[in-house]
Amino acid sequence: MIPVPGETCQPRSTGVHIRVLSVASVTLDTAGRYPYGLRHTPCETFHTSEAVTLEPAPAHPAPGSVVLALEDVSKSFGAVAALRGARLELRAGEAHALVGENGAGKSTLVKILAGVHGPDSGRVLLDGAPVTLDNPAAARAAGIAVIYQEPTLFPDLSVAENIFMGRQPLTGGRRIDRRELAARCRALFERLGVTLDPDRPARGLSIADQQMIEIAKALSFDARVLVMDEPTAALSGVEVERLFTVARSLRSSGAAVLFISHRFDEVFDLCDRITVMRDGQWVSTDPATDLTVDQVVRRMVGREVASLFPKIDVEPGEVVLEVRGLTRVGVFADVSFDVRAGEIVALAGLVGAGRSEVVRAVFGVDAYDAGSVRVAGSQLRQGSPAAAMAAGLALVPEDRRQQGLVMELSVERNATLTRRWKLARFGLLSARSERATAADWTKRMQVKAGKLSDAVSTLSGGNQQKVVLAKWLSTDPRVLIVDEPTRGIDVGTKAEVHRLLSQLAADGMAVVMVSSELPEVLGMADRVLVMHEGRVVADIPRAQADEDSVMLAATGQAGRPAVAS
Amino acid sequence: MSSSTKAAAPAPVDVAPEHTGGRGAALVQRLVVVRELGILAALLLLIVATVIANPRFLSGQNLRDLLLSASILTVLAAGQTIVIVTRNVDLSVGSVLGLSAYASGTLLVNAPGTPVVLVILAGMAVGAACGLLNGAIVAIAKVPSLVVTLGTLYAFRGLDSLWASSSDRLQINAADLPTGFKSLAGARLLGVPLLFLIALAVVLLVGFYLRNYRSGRELYGIGSDPAAARLSGIPVGRRVLLAFVVNGALAGLAGVLYAARFQTLDATAGTGQELFVVAAAVVGGVAIFGGSGSVYGAALGALLLTTIGTSLPQLGLNPFWRDAAVGALILAAIALDRALSLRLARRLRGRNLRGA
Ligand SMILES: Nc1ncnc2c1ncn2[C@@H]1O[C@H](COP(=O)(O)OP(=O)(O)OP(=O)(O)O)[C@@H](O)[C@H]1O
Ligand SMILES: [Mg+2]
Repeated sequence: MIPVPGETCQPRSTGVHIRVLSVASVTLDTAGRYPYGLRHTPCETFHTSEAVTLEPAPAHPAPGSVVLALEDVSKSFGAVAALRGARLELRAGEAHALVGENGAGKSTLVKILAGVHGPDSGRVLLDGAPVTLDNPAAARAAGIAVIYQEPTLFPDLSVAENIFMGRQPLTGGRRIDRRELAARCRALFERLGVTLDPDRPARGLSIADQQMIEIAKALSFDARVLVMDEPTAALSGVEVERLFTVARSLRSSGAAVLFISHRFDEVFDLCDRITVMRDGQWVSTDPATDLTVDQVVRRMVGREVASLFPKIDVEPGEVVLEVRGLTRVGVFADVSFDVRAGEIVALAGLVGAGRSEVVRAVFGVDAYDAGSVRVAGSQLRQGSPAAAMAAGLALVPEDRRQQGLVMELSVERNATLTRRWKLARFGLLSARSERATAADWTKRMQVKAGKLSDAVSTLSGGNQQKVVLAKWLSTDPRVLIVDEPTRGIDVGTKAEVHRLLSQLAADGMAVVMVSSELPEVLGMADRVLVMHEGRVVADIPRAQADEDSVMLAATGQAGRPAVAS
Repeated sequence: MSSSTKAAAPAPVDVAPEHTGGRGAALVQRLVVVRELGILAALLLLIVATVIANPRFLSGQNLRDLLLSASILTVLAAGQTIVIVTRNVDLSVGSVLGLSAYASGTLLVNAPGTPVVLVILAGMAVGAACGLLNGAIVAIAKVPSLVVTLGTLYAFRGLDSLWASSSDRLQINAADLPTGFKSLAGARLLGVPLLFLIALAVVLLVGFYLRNYRSGRELYGIGSDPAAARLSGIPVGRRVLLAFVVNGALAGLAGVLYAARFQTLDATAGTGQELFVVAAAVVGGVAIFGGSGSVYGAALGALLLTTIGTSLPQLGLNPFWRDAAVGALILAAIALDRALSLRLARRLRGRNLRGA
């Protein structure tokens, strides 16, 4: 049979999804998981005549009734209009994507569904009847579970208490049943494939682990509506797959899932319908099968955007960063690698493989037990970020709220925090030079902010990330270490960040990039170091790096042992 | 993440997750215990030193006096802990104590036959009313508790003075109080002063509540991250209000205990206690930014501070040194907390790692 363009099909023999681009040809993703056309990973194109028998993928259960709807919702914060006539309609048994640029108002919309903000105007309908969700408890009672974009954990309390706060299982005397609490927590973690200790405090967890806890928390509600605001931003493919399995089973049991992400492969993989927002306004809602990535991006941005920036080829120079035998007992072992000037080296691997821990140790934030770090030939004192900065290292940390930004300070202050001495004259910081630098960088990074003097905490998640990047990029370091540089950043700016990184490398900077986003790793890196359980298990040059080789090494199934180059 | 894809891989450097579980919990538990053992050790050290200087320090009467003096501070510290874990502070407790002490004295003077239990309830009601006022301003007007309770510290004290000066007696003396009430101070159960047993009961009750009830855990949540608490649907305002009311009631109880113990009541009772109480809590490991610390630690802190007060003269030191010693203790406690939390953070960070 001849498939229809836009349809997803699944050949019987391969079990691989195929998106039909045109009647003449279909594009098959070799990894098979993300059927869309705009990937730079190798794809195979068959002509329909050559393709194995194509049969339409099993249709999703007919979408049910509308569970939750927003009608013409507006919301302003002072002079900033975050939402201007936003619309959304969630049906039982559907996974619904909400996409839009940074600052488009997605998280604001989520917070209205969650009862955090009340809309200035417009209505929220639950099962067709208007409701007022005036606090988070009311939204919960209505069966709405929310994963916020920024983790909302209690650092002093245990993981299990974080998940079940206010809903702890009780014994007869209304006391908390701790054993049952831990057991439920373990059961949840099992479902998600998490091996965290329920009794440890949440303090010190990596961003990915924090996200997993948020996911576990939301799942524990057995909600009718599950809202996920960029839950996958720091997760790698395997964890995302696991989350999607759970989300799909929720969907088939009749729940509505709202999914927000800047990764289009995930959006098309999971979702049945896609709502696009721009500048706080509703743009469109369509079945995912009627759309292509290009169309979605165009609607989001209002113009054509290159979604991937072609990396500039650079002839690597001298070795600038030399890491030898770096070991921290129980965390990572015998990590060795070199980074040359002009080179971008990516650290890939699953969540928890120890990538962030390694770069933190290199920068001196964490201690290590053995090994050495050399910058341009001279040994770096361990445990001293100040010494690392003096030697020309810069680290963009993964956790912007805890380590990257001072949330109460203004955008311009944050952006220039790392270079205040350079901007100062006679020890005095001139407000004008500070403002000028900040203005320059916020423009380069396309930060969407009301005024530069606004507190960073009022920016959208992606825009906060841009400020963190600006803060460190402006220091002009010799070695730039970036941990999840584009976490939560939209397509347009992502390409801009990639262009910037590529340009910096071309100008002779050595770049170490930790990233869970495979396309980013494959697109940007000259070399991919793959970590698995605390060890570097593969060192793959750009030419040989592809989705398969990296994923196999990351899951510990293959890969040559790393050679310290 | 999980081990579904585990295959021939280099030996994992992390321990198996099952073990991590037990170890993580044990570690935290140990550090918390270490914190309380630290105060206990300091207390023992002090007692040993004092006993060497003056062997009579350990006599029954002396110990009883010590426990008697500590009980009022302990009750106050237990209440203060409830407030501090929510990232607030109540500086008005000294004045509340004074008000409640004077109120219960006046009640007894006017109605000498009032049963002791009723006097205690009346004192706690006065305290709870003060706490309600504090809590309402903090929770509803969203003014920082430091400022609010600094204001009510003076307001309540002023009220107390006004009341004392406008009534016919400026000071209530032992002679004015009924014997039944006065005997409370000397009462013992199995040789232990009754007032101390009351304080002990308060500490155990508060400790049990904070650990085992949902609303108790929510107080810690609020102090740990107020924004997250709001997003989690915790009724932050109501809980904070409750914390202030309970603390007020306990300060009221402390006022009645004060009246029973000192039996001379005027408008200055309890002046300056507030900082001593906060000091006891901080020395006891209650984090001033909320979210962590236990009421047991705070009680030990109260005991330690009281012991310093009585043992310094016995060590032949000028009581003037007491303040200096308290100051040094606070600094030592802060340093210890910092060291422990750094250690904990370092250990925990390694624990992000799980099997592949
Ligand atoms: N509390 C607040 N105070 C002031 N402005 C705010 C506040 N919250 C959001 N905004 C503004 O509202 C706009 C929409 O922000 P929102 O967080 O909803 O964006 P978003 O679509 O979630 O973006 P991202 O993809 O970066 O997460 C932004 O311009 C932001 O600066
Ligand atoms: Mg957002």
